[in-house]
Amino acid sequence: MTKCARIFIVACMLTCLTAGLVRAEKPGDPAAVSSEDGKYADKDGNPTYKVGSDGKVDFYSYIGFVRYSANCLQCHGPDGLGSTYAPSLVDSLKNLDYSEVMAIVAGGKKDVSESQQLVMPALGENKNVMCFIDAIYVYLRGRSTGAIGRGRPAEHEPKTDAFTKAEDSCMG
Amino acid sequence: MKRTSLSGLLMTGALLSSVLSASVLLAPGVMAQGATSSDAAGKDWSTPAGSMNSQRFSTLNQITDQNVGKLQVAWTFSTGVLRGHEGAPLVIGNVMYVHAPFPNTVFALDLDHDGKILWKYEPKQDPNVIPVMCCDTVNRGVAYGDGKIFLHQADTTLVALDAKTGKVAWTVKTDDPAKGATGTDAPLVVKDKVYVGVSGGEFGVRGWFAAYSVADGKQVWRGWSMGPDSDTLIQPGKTMNLGKPVAADSSTATWQGDQWKIGGGDTWGWKSYDPKTNLIFYGSGNPSTWNPKQRPGDNKYSMTIWARDADTGSVKWVYQMTPHDEWDYDGVNEMVLTDQEFDGKPRHLLVHFDRNGFGYTLDRDTGELLVAQKYDPAVNWASKVDMDPKSATYGRPQVLPQYSTEHNGEDTNSTNICPAALGTKDEQPSAFSPRTGLFYVPTNHVCMDYEPFRVSYTAGQPYVGATLSMYPPKGETNMGNFIAWDATKGKIVWSLPEQFSVWSGALATAGNVVFYGTLEGYLKAVDAKTGKLLYKFKTPSGIIGNVMTYEHGGHQYVAVLSGVGGWAGIGLAAGLTDPHAGLGAVGGYAALNQYTSLGGALTVFALPQN
Ligand code: HEC
Repeated sequence: MTKCARIFIVACMLTCLTAGLVRAEKPGDPAAVSSEDGKYADKDGNPTYKVGSDGKVDFYSYIGFVRYSANCLQCHGPDGLGSTYAPSLVDSLKNLDYSEVMAIVAGGKKDVSESQQLVMPALGENKNVMCFIDAIYVYLRGRSTGAIGRGRPAEHEPKTDAFTKAEDSCMG
Repeated sequence: MKRTSLSGLLMTGALLSSVLSASVLLAPGVMAQGATSSDAAGKDWSTPAGSMNSQRFSTLNQITDQNVGKLQVAWTFSTGVLRGHEGAPLVIGNVMYVHAPFPNTVFALDLDHDGKILWKYEPKQDPNVIPVMCCDTVNRGVAYGDGKIFLHQADTTLVALDAKTGKVAWTVKTDDPAKGATGTDAPLVVKDKVYVGVSGGEFGVRGWFAAYSVADGKQVWRGWSMGPDSDTLIQPGKTMNLGKPVAADSSTATWQGDQWKIGGGDTWGWKSYDPKTNLIFYGSGNPSTWNPKQRPGDNKYSMTIWARDADTGSVKWVYQMTPHDEWDYDGVNEMVLTDQEFDGKPRHLLVHFDRNGFGYTLDRDTGELLVAQKYDPAVNWASKVDMDPKSATYGRPQVLPQYSTEHNGEDTNSTNICPAALGTKDEQPSAFSPRTGLFYVPTNHVCMDYEPFRVSYTAGQPYVGATLSMYPPKGETNMGNFIAWDATKGKIVWSLPEQFSVWSGALATAGNVVFYGTLEGYLKAVDAKTGKLLYKFKTPSGIIGNVMTYEHGGHQYVAVLSGVGGWAGIGLAAGLTDPHAGLGAVGGYAALNQYTSLGGALTVFALPQN
């Protein structure tokens, strides 16, 4: 494992740990209680989505859709609904919390037997994924509760400078 | 491979399997079509497309348009693997060779004894190769020659198995899966060489096409899809492109800096061979990444039809169909070689149904472009291909700016582009009947929104750079068609709508019957002249395999692998929705997972035998 991947996992473990301790039930109440630079958090401090009464989604959910579709769709199917190749994340995220999702995405997961070959790749070294992983999580969380529907969200909050800055520094 | 040695092998093979049964008597007849069959398949189906010209045509005529309605299942066989099953088995003499997706099991089945297993080969491969296989762990089949069965494993090991015993004769590593390179293609054997290509366009793997010696696995030559002439084996001044000689380093000149080193152009499709000219034909795939802004230039020679000398790899001609791809329209689909009249003159043709929605007809000896027409009326990204040899854009598609993801730019969603990235047709091969002069083409009828964005390259990690949504063309609900095509005119003769993309390779026979499979799992037989449905049977799982036919014990059989998966299984499992239907639209289009489920089975059909 490269240094880069290790940093991602360690960073995750720290946030995950704190999040895990106060967690009541997986993955907890998705209601947004705070926001910073267009990024919303639930009462446990975990990233979450915000969908307005007009259907407009927060920017993270939107970019999460875009990055999900580029990095996960080829296995997990359109809109997180699963495929012949990998499970439905709409279902999975009903029972996985933020820390578990982070650990699986960064470190991978395997279930290989005589008749089944399920391998989730370790994406911890992949900037195209890890620089957007909170957004992908937020989008899938919204899909799993039904707050976000199928397809590209029609309207979204504007991109913030903070997002652009973070993206640029992460992508290098 | 000479016929004499082939018959020798078959004799021993038959003896071994059946211990002096009637098969020995049968053997001489069985030899009629050997591994070098270049015109049509007969009793055997000895090469992935039935014959070297990739026509997928069989001279067998016991099953006809008159009696195909009585077809019955003769026997079935489970591969034990539940992934997408592409390709088709081979039959040589009294033995059938069946391959499976990862872990790439190969079975030799004794046709004299109801498919008894003569041997089984199962390689031990690192499961870490699984997630680098974009869109399912498929394999498109094995090849036969020199008494050996050749398999290109997922982990890019090319293995030669003794056809009689299944023992490994030799192995050679063709590439490196740690970089994202994988083996999914069916090799092709011509004379003393076996030809293979590589997958990995979504990982920035630079494509190549290579010849290995069937005797010992030594590489004879390797031609890269991009790079300096010493890599591509292009001969500046000699290699032709649309009637003109190609200049020096014509590939690297169309890339920025070193980008060609991770430029894709992978070669995972089918291969054809013409003994008259000793040329081998295949296509190269998409340039990496899917974000066109990040790779300025024509990105040669991605998206290209290649004609190489089979002995040396030296390039006779090239034709790039989609310069500077902006939609993932891989050029790997099959090259069907036919001898037909064009404009009143007999010509040696190469016909190719590209992902980009154009059906191309070229002179295969020279690479001259004769026809380029849309084979689905929905195709809209380009108005036409420029056919004027005097034009500066000769041979290039005339791209409409509104559908140009390069023109619309990064982070912009270009909408209603037809076809979608999976193409008007993907790898599922077409068939040609010399009796009707028609091509039978399984097609997709799906459009897309495409949004490219910046990506960074990490070796062995996906390098995609675009998001897409797919849906049928406006106002339509069928996601596929099965069409008959006249390649000399560039016209659809008839078209059968299918609910889902048709992802199964077609078969045409001398009995005036054309066969294909559907994603719901139906094997269908239609009249070759009219397209009238004559027979259908629902197999255990969706069909993305190719239909083949053979004769054994005086009876004609038709066989197909079921096992839904591949890109079709991923994209269509949950059903498509129309992103432009507006808020509140529910349901969308039919979901494949309501019709079929995972499987891995061979179904063999025959007429009732009393
Ligand atoms: C190459 C295919 C592939 C890609 C790409 C991929 N996954 Fe997976 N993923 C899988 C497979 C297969 C499994 C099931 C593994 C298992 O059961 O052990 C899985 C499992 C998961 C799980 C655990 C589900 C559960 O119920 O335990 C999560 C979460 C997940 N993936 C998220 C993602 C995200 C987010 C992305 C994109 C950033 C992604 N995956 C990309 C193939 C893939």
